[in-house]
Amino acid sequence: MIVEFPPGLLMIIGAILVPFIKGNLRPIYMLALPLVGIWQLTGLEHGTFGTMSAFGFEQTHVRIDKLSLLFGYIFYLSASLGMLFAWKNTDRMEQTSTVVHVGAAIGAVFAGDLITLFFYWELTAVSSAVVIWSARTKRAYRAGLRYLIIHILSGLLLLAGTAMYSGETGSVTFNNIGLDSPGGLFILIAFGIKCAFPLLHNWLQDAYPEATVTGTVFLSAFATKLAVYALARGYAGTQELIWIGAIMTAFPIFYAVIENDLRRVLTYSLNNQLGFMVTGIGIGTTLAINGAVSHAFAHILYKGLLFMSMGAVLHRTGTVKGSELGGLYKTMPWTTGFCIVGAASISAFPLFSGFVTKSMILTAAAEEGHLVVFLVLLFASAGVFHHSGIKIPFFAFFAHDSGKRPREAPFNMLLAMGLTAFLCVGIGVYPQPLFALLPFPVDYAPYTTTHVVTTLQLLLFSGLAFATLQKTGLYPAELRSTVLDTDYSYRRLAPLAIGWIMKKGGEIINRLEKVVSLRMAKFFHLVFQLSGSESALTRSQQTGSMVMWVIIVLCGYLAFYLFG
Amino acid sequence: MTQAPSKEYGKKYWLDDMRNVNKIFRALIIVCALLFISDFFYEKHVVYEFEHWLGFFGLFGFSVSFALVLTARELRKILMRDEDFYDR
Repeated sequence: MIVEFPPGLLMIIGAILVPFIKGNLRPIYMLALPLVGIWQLTGLEHGTFGTMSAFGFEQTHVRIDKLSLLFGYIFYLSASLGMLFAWKNTDRMEQTSTVVHVGAAIGAVFAGDLITLFFYWELTAVSSAVVIWSARTKRAYRAGLRYLIIHILSGLLLLAGTAMYSGETGSVTFNNIGLDSPGGLFILIAFGIKCAFPLLHNWLQDAYPEATVTGTVFLSAFATKLAVYALARGYAGTQELIWIGAIMTAFPIFYAVIENDLRRVLTYSLNNQLGFMVTGIGIGTTLAINGAVSHAFAHILYKGLLFMSMGAVLHRTGTVKGSELGGLYKTMPWTTGFCIVGAASISAFPLFSGFVTKSMILTAAAEEGHLVVFLVLLFASAGVFHHSGIKIPFFAFFAHDSGKRPREAPFNMLLAMGLTAFLCVGIGVYPQPLFALLPFPVDYAPYTTTHVVTTLQLLLFSGLAFATLQKTGLYPAELRSTVLDTDYSYRRLAPLAIGWIMKKGGEIINRLEKVVSLRMAKFFHLVFQLSGSESALTRSQQTGSMVMWVIIVLCGYLAFYLFG
Repeated sequence: MTQAPSKEYGKKYWLDDMRNVNKIFRALIIVCALLFISDFFYEKHVVYEFEHWLGFFGLFGFSVSFALVLTARELRKILMRDEDFYDR
């Protein structure tokens, strides 16, 4: 019966048929899959099923509770909107891997134990690498390889951590793990890689912008939010996460200001938004956890919307570089409007989704007495408005007129953006349905005078700073460039270091060889002198001379015998 | 799909006129000023003492944004390379 079928497997098995369905039926089928998935989730009771014994442990394939359901719903919802956006895409490789990726992420969210989680975890890595490769460019191929190596590593750390954890506790059930339990640190780093923790983050900015117009929209939704789910499940209240999250909110925004590729700017702000969620999980109160997971829910929608709008620009103009764009509002007014809705949502303007969800995390940080973290989050909130709220729509659609006059985005893309924008505003205006899905009862009123006025002050004054900087020419112009991030260490430094080691090592070996060969030459010369073909000991003699020597010896012997 | 020129090419838009852009800028200043003085007219429910300071959130937002951009601009000197840096 479909209701008792593992939700992720539904998509993964469904993906097998995707390449064989022809023509217009394929997008219909692909949209139907997540819709059936949502329908299935509505019929599921809280509890577990698919329990089996393997590797000597009790495993639970599916665990249904409020936390897993929330992520299940938003993953399916985001997949449906993405399928609509990608309606005209006909690339079988991308389509199939996308459906597998969605299924793997959903399977992981419902996994009741760490071993099942590990299998789905690795499947998300492999499937998303194939999504990246579907762009079929050299850059995408290389970025996909780097992505895959890093994510497989994350999976291996998860496996190692699970082995240690289960060895000590005798169980692989995925509940609160914390840093005190054996293997806890390994599992945290595994989650941290996928969640783009500071210094473990760069795969995100490296790989996502290299995928196709539609591929990036899907990628942005799943892997990192799966990690947020895993952290919320396993590490709620782990104090270290508060600071890790705070750093994550702050440092990517500096990059976002100077990055030219607007989809890459969005990955930096994605990283910054993950920071808010990680901080919330670290604080660990019911308000903070509700804030973190609801922010993940809202974030998947508005981030998807922003990637859709930049995808539409890329689709129509062939570029998303700030230096090449500008003035597109003239011919792409709908896309401009939807992009602004996404920008207002990520900036947490009142009446948009981010306002409702992010303010829970900020309030929790303040109320729990994390003063410095609270100020960092405020700074990051102003910063995100700056680079995502203003920079993205400003440089793509306004700024200086690039002279480009592309047609408006295709209808299916506009429809997907429109529906997503509707949900962003819907959550902002009427958050109660989202609140009902949250893991803890919500006792929180986002629309108080203080919240609304202080938020507007923070944002509009930040906007004023942007306008002033633009007016005075102090704002750094968008330039064609590459901005170095930690990927420099493994794309340049490591190869350079290996090259240096090989060269130096070669020189040392050469020198050693010279010394050794000199010594060897002398040694062999001596040996040759003593036992070579011309040496006294072994040179070859003629038979005659031998006979003569024998006669001499015998004569000597005779003389000795006769006269001795 | 690139560059499909349309009829609107030569058309003048409202925002093409710099005077209108300046109007928006002035409107933004007025809105900010109004938000600043609105602090007098309601009771702030906040946690920390400094949040009660007049216009704290506005001034904080303005100054950190300003500092963010100027710092990022300086970071460019260290971090920026040619576009094909990794492809060479």
